[in-house]
Amino acid sequence: MQQPNRLKPFFENISFDREDNTMVVNFGPQHPSAHGQLRLILELQGEEVIKAVPDIGYLHRGMEKMGENMIYNEFLPTTDRMDYIAATSNNYGFALTVERLIGIEAPRRAQAIRTMLLELNRIISHLFWLATHALDVGAMSVFLYAFREREFAMDLMEDYCGARLTHSAVRIGGVPLDLPNNWIDDLQKFITTLTEQIEVYEGLLTKNRIWRMRLENVGIITKKMAKSWGVTGPSLRGSGVKWDLRKEIPYELYGELDFDVPVSTRCDSYGRYLCYMQEMRESMKILKQLVPIYEQSNSDLMAKSPKYISPTKEQMMTQNYSLMQHFVLVTQGMRPPVGEIYVATESPKGELGFYINSDGSPYPYKLKVRAPSFWHTGLLQDLLPGHQLADVVTIIGNLNIVFGEIDR
Amino acid sequence: MRKYEDKTNKQKKSYHTDRFYKSPTLPKLDVCSNSLFAMDLSSLASIVDIKDAYIQAGHMIVYINHTDNKKAISHMRDTRAYDFLVELSAIDYIKDQDGFEIFYEMLSTTKKTRIRLKCFLNKNDTIQSVCHIFAMANWSEREMFDMYGIKVKNHPYMKRILMPDDWHDHPLLKTYPLTGDESASWYEVDQIFGKQNRDKIGEELRDTARVDRYDTNRFSRLGHEVPKGVDITNGEPDTPIRYQEDGGSLLVTKFDKKPSKILDKRK
Repeated sequence: MQQPNRLKPFFENISFDREDNTMVVNFGPQHPSAHGQLRLILELQGEEVIKAVPDIGYLHRGMEKMGENMIYNEFLPTTDRMDYIAATSNNYGFALTVERLIGIEAPRRAQAIRTMLLELNRIISHLFWLATHALDVGAMSVFLYAFREREFAMDLMEDYCGARLTHSAVRIGGVPLDLPNNWIDDLQKFITTLTEQIEVYEGLLTKNRIWRMRLENVGIITKKMAKSWGVTGPSLRGSGVKWDLRKEIPYELYGELDFDVPVSTRCDSYGRYLCYMQEMRESMKILKQLVPIYEQSNSDLMAKSPKYISPTKEQMMTQNYSLMQHFVLVTQGMRPPVGEIYVATESPKGELGFYINSDGSPYPYKLKVRAPSFWHTGLLQDLLPGHQLADVVTIIGNLNIVFGEIDR
Repeated sequence: MRKYEDKTNKQKKSYHTDRFYKSPTLPKLDVCSNSLFAMDLSSLASIVDIKDAYIQAGHMIVYINHTDNKKAISHMRDTRAYDFLVELSAIDYIKDQDGFEIFYEMLSTTKKTRIRLKCFLNKNDTIQSVCHIFAMANWSEREMFDMYGIKVKNHPYMKRILMPDDWHDHPLLKTYPLTGDESASWYEVDQIFGKQNRDKIGEELRDTARVDRYDTNRFSRLGHEVPKGVDITNGEPDTPIRYQEDGGSLLVTKFDKKPSKILDKRK
């Protein structure tokens, strides 16, 4: 350990090559535009960043350790707390991994509901990204408008599952509830509102001189850099790589839906902004297509697999063996087959993957969460040098990092 | 008798397992069943030793020697179009095999296939860093070191990433306890007061979130407030609570419900 004193403050063994008169600035961990608990140690020459060292771990709760000591159903609500801006995408990613491990598939209605929730979550997340990013760059009104529409989307989530932020709206094997009455109508109303409002946001930003000056040619992630750093999601598509897991390796109902994958070859923050805006439109397109699929499906909500999934409430209350089965599944937990599996889904931030190594016991032997933001933050150390201090805020906001999933 | 505790695995275990229960296994397919994987494997076999290879859950899993990790990964990237190293971590098998299994999950965006390169590493061995091939390994290897204590050679900045710098032990090891250990809570008591006074002094309170309902010095009891420091172990004195609003609030002098609008429906 170091011996810090007044002349040599504690800098956690970070050695900066100090050849000339540069300044070390501690950015965060409490900084409004750090989007969570990000600490950046920046070395500045004038206002230019020469070296950047991201420091994370301020929100570390040991999710993977918790996962290894919880039965599978118990861990599902914990996943909410990873990417808390779009909680359902985490729930779903975990549920899908366990479903593939035990070899079951959710009924069609459950799939339709899940896909709807996933896309609604994508819109919520993208609106949040747009709002906070615009606020960081200085466009306050966009923040207010985008949060208004996000509120409507969160009302829809609340009507479905009762929660606004930590949804736990997905279960292993399906969904717990059917959509409430009028939910579809409300959803269609919301889509109409958002379609109009996206025009408003774009009217405020896309051709705005200040917005373009702050975003264009700022934070250029080349294709090579993106692949090397494991950048995924809209950030990768903003670098000209057309890669969306929903399209390329489809899961759930995405294989039968018609949507485009927006790509920008600009590689800068502005290109990523264009991708995000277009992705919201695509999500609405998907939501519209899901309404008839939902209506044509029969009413099953949970997969039937007595070995792994609890029976329905009705069965439990009438059949003795179902009640016993439920009791065993709740107290001991399901015992999936021995083996290992990695399943990736396209969360609003990028490739969200869950690796589960099962030894046949009710607790996973190893659980690893591949959170996309983790490497988007790591990328900062290569991306920031050469930029101005003001651009640091733009780049952090633009990469859409969420600390719940970085620190886990 | 003191209860037996397994020191090599302090993780949670199922309270009951049927003696005759045999877990099923995820099917392992032969690599030849998929032509893309078969080509990848034969190409890799010309470079490094293959210990085992099979397909499970749609991924090809290849076991290699831990010394070949750099060679294998750069070969897969350069010649087999595996352009993403998606994930990298370790699995703790210290109890059974005295080492770790390290896996590298790779993705090819052109072929849309995923492979997992795995290697076994003895407990005290080190592994070569792959962060000069894929920059993402820079942080993943730091996380692996932080969580398992696996030392990575030729890493530019080998330092803990999630846990504090001065943290003792590595949290994802199976030997890492789930709660603070018992001897630690008696350590200071024994040092200061002596072992014979354990009954009088009591265990050190190591859970800072714990609330003692009889402790009126440090915790206020909402709804049942008593003056600070009152002993309430034998019942508590009745403390009437008066609210400012009783008999008219000081702040709100006039509140007329009529002009305020109550929405029937949420917008």
